[in-house]
Amino acid sequence: MIKSQKNMTKRHKLTTRLWHWVNALCLLVLVMSGLTIFNAHPRLYWGEYGSSDDYAWAAVGSSQTLGYVRLGETKIETTGFIGNWRDSNGQIQKWAFPGWATIPSYYSLAEGRRWHFFFAWIFSVGLAFFMIRSMFNRHVQKDLHISRAEWRPSNILRDVENHLRLRFHETGSVNIYNILQKFSYVGVIFILLPLMIFTGLAMSPAMDANWPWLTDIFGGRQSARSIHFIGMSLLVLFFIVHMITLLLAGPFKQTWAMVTGGKREDSDHA
Amino acid sequence: MRKMLTRRTLIATGALGAGSLLSGCDALSRSQTFQNILGSAEDANFLVQRALGDRMELASEYSINDLSPKFRANGTRDPGTPDYAASAAQGFADWQLRLTGLFKKPQIFSLAALLSMPQRTQITRHDCVEGWSAIGQWTGVPLKLLLDLAQLQDSAKFLVFHCADRLGGRPYYESIDLLDAFHPQTIMAHRLNGESVPIENGAPLRLRVERQLGYKHAKYVTGIEAVATLDNVGEGKGGYWEDVGNYEWYAGI
Ligand code: HEM
Repeated sequence: MIKSQKNMTKRHKLTTRLWHWVNALCLLVLVMSGLTIFNAHPRLYWGEYGSSDDYAWAAVGSSQTLGYVRLGETKIETTGFIGNWRDSNGQIQKWAFPGWATIPSYYSLAEGRRWHFFFAWIFSVGLAFFMIRSMFNRHVQKDLHISRAEWRPSNILRDVENHLRLRFHETGSVNIYNILQKFSYVGVIFILLPLMIFTGLAMSPAMDANWPWLTDIFGGRQSARSIHFIGMSLLVLFFIVHMITLLLAGPFKQTWAMVTGGKREDSDHA
Repeated sequence: MRKMLTRRTLIATGALGAGSLLSGCDALSRSQTFQNILGSAEDANFLVQRALGDRMELASEYSINDLSPKFRANGTRDPGTPDYAASAAQGFADWQLRLTGLFKKPQIFSLAALLSMPQRTQITRHDCVEGWSAIGQWTGVPLKLLLDLAQLQDSAKFLVFHCADRLGGRPYYESIDLLDAFHPQTIMAHRLNGESVPIENGAPLRLRVERQLGYKHAKYVTGIEAVATLDNVGEGKGGYWEDVGNYEWYAGI
C-alpha cells in the first residue's frame, strides 16, 4: 500500500523511464545506421520501383567541388555537410551523409544494416512493451489521454500562448503534460514510431510475400522507403524541439526526473 | 547512496552515449564478436519472417504496365573471360548447367534442354540491398523441375549456385535452403522482358529467388551443387558477399 502510494507521487513511472532511455539509445543508433544505409543509394522515389534511371523526388548529388540536395526541381547547396564533405583526415568524401552522422563512421552498408536490424528489434519490442504496460498502469489514460475540455480551442490557444511566452509549467494543473505536449507525445508514440516499424517491414521482400497489403498501404516499396525517411526526419525534428523545450523548462531538473522518477507537482494524485 | 549510484549511472550513460557512440561504434563495428551479436538479428529475422507466412507464400506479381522502363544491372556487368566471350559469341549454344553434389542422379542440362522444359513467367520486383527496386518480367524453368530429375539425397540441405563471373579475383557464388529451392517462383531465368537475358543482367541463366534481396539472385549460373553444409564452400558463409562483405546469408530484409 505504502509502496503504491509512493509510486503514485512520482512524476514518471518506472516503465516510462526505462523505456524512455532504451528508446533514446535505439533511436540514436537507428537514425545513424539508417543514414549509412541511405548513403548506399541516396535517392528517394515514389511508387513500387525506382532506380538510378528513374525520377527521384529527392536526391543527393556530388561533384568534385560541390554537394547538393535536390528536392523536386529545387537544388540546395550543402557542400561541407551533405554530398561533399571532409572526413577527420581532411579527405574529401562524396557519400551523402558525413561520418559524424553515421554508424559506422566509415561507409559499410553491411555493418550499418547489422546495427539497424539489431536495434530495430530492441526498439520494436520495447515500444510494444511500453504501449501495453502504459495501458495497464494507466499512463495512457491518466497522463496522455486528451480530455474533452482539453480539446477546446480556447485551451489549445492558451497553451500555444503559454509556449510562445516560454511559460511551460502551468501552476495548479492536474496534468503532468500540457495539451501541445500531449499532441506531440501521442503523435510520436502512437503514430510516428509504429509507422517506422511498418514502413521498415514494408521494404522487406520476404514480408512483402507474407503481408503484401503492408507494402500496398504505403503505395509500394519505394514509397515506403520515402515515408521511412520522412518519418526519420520528423523524429529528428521532434528531438530538436524536445531538446529546446527541455532547455527552456529546466534541463537538469527534467532530465533528473526522467532518471529518478521525480515528483508530481500537485497533490491530487497522492 | 542511491543518489550516488544513479549519478554514476547517469555519467556512465552520458559518457557511453557520447564517447562510444561516436568513435567506439567503429571499434565495436570492427570487432567480430560484436558483429556476431548484432548478426543475431539475422536469425530473428529469418525465424520470424519464415514463421509469418505459410512458407510457400508468393512474392507480389505485377502487370506488364508496371515494368521499370529500364531494368538496372549491378555487380558484374560482363564476366569478361575468354570462355564466356566465346560462348556469348555463339549465343550460349554450348552453355551447360551441371547439377552436382548430393544428388541421386546428377545432371547436365544444355541451354536448349532447359528451353524445351515447362516454363514459368512472372513479373516481380527486384529489391537491391542498396535500396533501389526494379520491376521486370522473367521467364525460366522452375528449379523444382530440375531437382525432381536430379533427386536430392536425404543429407542435402542447401543448394550452392556456381557462377561464371569473378569479382576481385574470386568466383561469385550464392546459396539458398531447400524451402526457397522448391518455392514455385524460384526459377532459372533465361528471358527478361520478353528477350534473352542481357549480359549485364546475367546471360544466359540467372537464379530468381523472389523473396530475397538482389545479391542472392546469382547471375551467369554454370552449376548447382547440393550440399549438407555451407562450411566447405568459399569461406563458409554461403555466398560471395557474405564472405567478402559481411552481408547476411538470409536476405529477406
Ligand atoms: C524509428 C526508428 C528508425 C529510424 C529513425 C530509421 C531510419 C532509417 C533510415 C534513415 C534508413 C535509410 C533509408 C531510408 O530512408 O529508408 C533506413 C533504412 C531501413 N530501415 Fe529503418 N529506421 C528506423 C526503424 C526501423 C525498423 C523498426 C525497421 C524494421 C522493421 C527498419 C527497417 C529498415 C530497412 C529494411 C531499411 C533499408 C531500406 C533500404 O534498403 O534502403 N527501420 N532506416
